[in-house]
Amino acid sequence: MSIEAIIMMIVGLGLTWGGACWCFVTAIRNNRHK
Amino acid sequence: MSKREQWGSRAGFILAAVGSAIGLGNIWRFPYVAYDNGGGAFLIPYIFALLTAGIPFMILEFGVGQKYRSSAPRLFARLNPKWEWVGWLQVMVAAIIATYYIAVIGWTLNYVTFSLDLSWGDDPKGFFFGEFLGLTSSPLEFGGIRWPIFVSCLAAWGITWLACVSGIKKGIERANKVLIPALFLLVLLLIVRVVTLDGALDGLNYLFKPDFSKVLDYKVWAAAYGQIFYSLSVGFSIMVAYSSYLPPDEDVNNNAAMTVFINCGFSLLSGVLIFSVLGNMALETGASIKDVAGAGVGLAFVTIPKAINSLPAPELIGTLFFLCLAMAGVSSHISIVEACVSSLIDKFGWRRRDTVSFFCLGGFAVTVVFTTGAGLFILDIVDHFVNSQALLFGAIIEIILLSWVLNLEDIRTHVNSLSDFSVNNLWKKCLKYVTVAVLGYSILSNLHGDLVNGYGGYPVRDLMLLGWSLLPVSLVIAFWLKNQPATERFINKPAGGN
Repeated sequence: MSIEAIIMMIVGLGLTWGGACWCFVTAIRNNRHK
Repeated sequence: MSKREQWGSRAGFILAAVGSAIGLGNIWRFPYVAYDNGGGAFLIPYIFALLTAGIPFMILEFGVGQKYRSSAPRLFARLNPKWEWVGWLQVMVAAIIATYYIAVIGWTLNYVTFSLDLSWGDDPKGFFFGEFLGLTSSPLEFGGIRWPIFVSCLAAWGITWLACVSGIKKGIERANKVLIPALFLLVLLLIVRVVTLDGALDGLNYLFKPDFSKVLDYKVWAAAYGQIFYSLSVGFSIMVAYSSYLPPDEDVNNNAAMTVFINCGFSLLSGVLIFSVLGNMALETGASIKDVAGAGVGLAFVTIPKAINSLPAPELIGTLFFLCLAMAGVSSHISIVEACVSSLIDKFGWRRRDTVSFFCLGGFAVTVVFTTGAGLFILDIVDHFVNSQALLFGAIIEIILLSWVLNLEDIRTHVNSLSDFSVNNLWKKCLKYVTVAVLGYSILSNLHGDLVNGYGGYPVRDLMLLGWSLLPVSLVIAFWLKNQPATERFINKPAGGN
């Protein structure tokens, strides 16, 4: 795998799953779980 | 009419929304679209589309669904009785999709059992189109019912019936709490196995190697917005129906963003899975990845079985792969049916059990057409025209009415008052301009393509009958449903007393 491909894979997975984790952490912080 | 049902928990709602968004397209469409539109560079327009169209549209649908606590027809009727037909048009789109989507789920269920002994042998293509589908030579040459497909479709409709008839909390939420974690677990298990195969990294290199010249191509941007739009279940009444069961004080913005991020993250994981397998297959067969890469039915039922043949423990990997497809499909199908059922219940005040049974029986009767030897042809035409015309038409009217005619500021105030984080004016601009422009472009471009080139080489008569007629017929039925007498509470007061 080339370096650019590895970087783009990390960026893609990082942004999407990072975004999901950020939402999850924000939800916990705001303690809005029902 | 009893009090409107509610989700049992926030996690239950998010899992159901994710289950609806994640479907067959995430697994068999996204990887190829990404590969075909610049590989890693495609992620730039894709993430941009996610932020400027996916999340804003999802927030809008969650917001209006939760605020008005109504299915799509009732939502539009409450905004203005003249607009009720827009909701019914979206429900018609959902109903049509429900009838053929289940056929593909039926195929995957068949393939779960075929995987146990690799029934497709050395010729997966001949097996799929010949022995399994018994494909005829044209869409109107039915060739009789294929009984294994008939039975698996009946079983799949039965699963949906069971989930929907049991209600929101005890049926749909419970089903998704099993299906979605199991789906993620299986996909992760498969990824761990296939990325270590010879050639897998070459496959991933093809998928993620960026071709930055494509970023300047407007068609790549259109593909990115199209992929985001089609994979999120927005614009055809599903997310409105699901969010109408949210408690009145539940978060909107964060739930919407989480749903979109998880859906898109899953698409990328699917890309890793599919291209690892394709990379291995290319190495084993000496072919180029360009030759083996594909999308849709051909990828799932021809290329992947062929690739599975050369994998270690092919029976196990094959079974798990088709189980993943089936679970992704079933969780989406449940949401499609629920969108239709909730609309009928809202309008006519029928009991859930009767409504679900009526819809599933009627739906299955139509699905029988897709179990015949001409099923794939008919499915191909109906799927193309529903997605490229009727769905987009219903969605753009929704977005125009909600963002241009309705006061979007009211919705923004509502969702911000409940949510973990707030959206600013940029959210309104994304909806009013970006989403409308992208949908408008897609409709015109699809219309032009279909008018000039036809579709799939099918005869014009067949396209007229099975494709072009869908939007006008759906509109007629939508207006007819709008004019039917409704329950007193349909327009006056939201169910549940909100």
